[in-house]
Amino acid sequence: MYPHSNHQKDKPILDVRHVSVRYGGRAALENIIFHLHVGERIAVVGPNGAGKSTLFKVISGVLPPNSGEVTISGSQPTAHSCIAYIPQRSQVDWNFPVSVADVVMMGRSAKLGPLNWPKKRDWDFVNHALETVEIVNLANRQISQLSGGQQQRMFIARALAQEAELMLMDEPLTGLDTPAQEGLLDLLDTLREQKVTVMVATHDLEQAAKHFDRIMLLNKKIVAFGDPLKVLHSENLLHAYGGRFRTVEGTDGVLTVDDSCCDEGEHNSIYD
Amino acid sequence: MSFLFEPLQYEFMQRGMIAAVLVGIVCAVVGTYVVLRGMAFFGDALAHTILPGIAIGYLITGGARDALFWWALGTAVIAALGIGAISKQAAIKEDTAIGIIFAGMFALGIALISTVRSYAVDLSHFLFGDVLGVSAQSLWLIVVFGSIILLTVAAFYKEFLTLSFDPVLAATLRLPVNLLNNLLLGLIAVTVAVSLQTVGVALMVAMLVTPAATAFLLTKRLPMMMSLSAIFASLSGVIGLYLSYYLSIASGAAIVLTATAFFVIAFAWKRIKPA
Repeated sequence: MYPHSNHQKDKPILDVRHVSVRYGGRAALENIIFHLHVGERIAVVGPNGAGKSTLFKVISGVLPPNSGEVTISGSQPTAHSCIAYIPQRSQVDWNFPVSVADVVMMGRSAKLGPLNWPKKRDWDFVNHALETVEIVNLANRQISQLSGGQQQRMFIARALAQEAELMLMDEPLTGLDTPAQEGLLDLLDTLREQKVTVMVATHDLEQAAKHFDRIMLLNKKIVAFGDPLKVLHSENLLHAYGGRFRTVEGTDGVLTVDDSCCDEGEHNSIYD
Repeated sequence: MSFLFEPLQYEFMQRGMIAAVLVGIVCAVVGTYVVLRGMAFFGDALAHTILPGIAIGYLITGGARDALFWWALGTAVIAALGIGAISKQAAIKEDTAIGIIFAGMFALGIALISTVRSYAVDLSHFLFGDVLGVSAQSLWLIVVFGSIILLTVAAFYKEFLTLSFDPVLAATLRLPVNLLNNLLLGLIAVTVAVSLQTVGVALMVAMLVTPAATAFLLTKRLPMMMSLSAIFASLSGVIGLYLSYYLSIASGAAIVLTATAFFVIAFAWKRIKPA
């Protein structure tokens, strides 16, 4: 009932061509061109207001671009229910009266179709997804009782229940402590085996360099896109961040930076 | 026991009791979404906005109560979809736009009704309800339309849940988001029409939000919230009517005050309960 186009195997999972978005008169994205292959893992890095969230909204088909085109395995994003957008934790109503399993089951809504209630197969999907992200013991918890890392895992489980093939994660590492971040990044390794393509928006350049196949440096335009070692040299970073960054010599010779500007109060979660 | 049974010897009390319970359940279930989605102001505005529709029906039919339901229903659906459409325009803030329309329409309704000489009594019935005046035919309308509302909420349970918790997820799953939003507005509109005679337009928002908010304090699962909300609302209807009978106070106000008392108790209990 709900649209789901077949994937053309010879087409890239994501193809973004000449996409521009403006809010009012202000450009949010300018002439974005790139494509991704199945199973790739991309970090999207850029200062606040660089257009990371906007890019994800365009890719997921929620926001139509002012010009240009996005295709998912050969057809419009709006023809697919296989794109998962994982929101920033600060944008979620954590007091909503649902359990972890309820939230993960929401991912099945499209596959279930109208007027159908979850069947055993759907509960199996939910359980399996919770096992994959290792929070099956939290299935019946109310969502406000989760830690930051567990909240992210729940949304990844929801994406798995959705049978997502392209996962867009908006700042999943922000506000997590280091062990939780490492756990989440390890989990992304597991997803790679399932041929899920992942794009992660992040502020953390060191982790981006360590854990991702390619890095996109974004500041309304694509400043650089490719191998982490090549992308993260200071000239590119200067282009992306202007003067607002401090350089730190990273562990493997990569120049890493802290975005010394505004944090948008994202470290305010009381659940960490 | 005669204390409990005495009022029920009157047929109008029996009908009023049944109406109050049914309306309570319907408002409680729909009100769950009103509370979770922060639509209390919309619900209040919608209830007030239908007054001119009722007034015109009242003037045309010469005050026939059963016909007024249809006038209320028609106006409520048009008003709900109209307010929904206006909310999407960005020229002025949504709550300001709703405020302007609802106060203007409410004033128009009062103006229309005031053209009739005996308007004070009728107006107060529209504003505050007249559950003891529910006819057998009105009761049937409540049963039929209340059932339609509850069945629709059940049929689209997972869609409404997904949309309310995470609209972006609903969009990426390609659920028909606009259709579902309008369906929910329509459900609230029908609920308002069904509840008109029980609590009236001025107190309607209390039936939509108070029992649901009480339930929200006490549970963390949606089906339980709906059930508890329905229980509080029907209890409020029954207790409110007994209070109204024995204390000779207006029935709509008595029902709403009982619902408010439940909320205050739940709120206090939450506060003093050891965490």
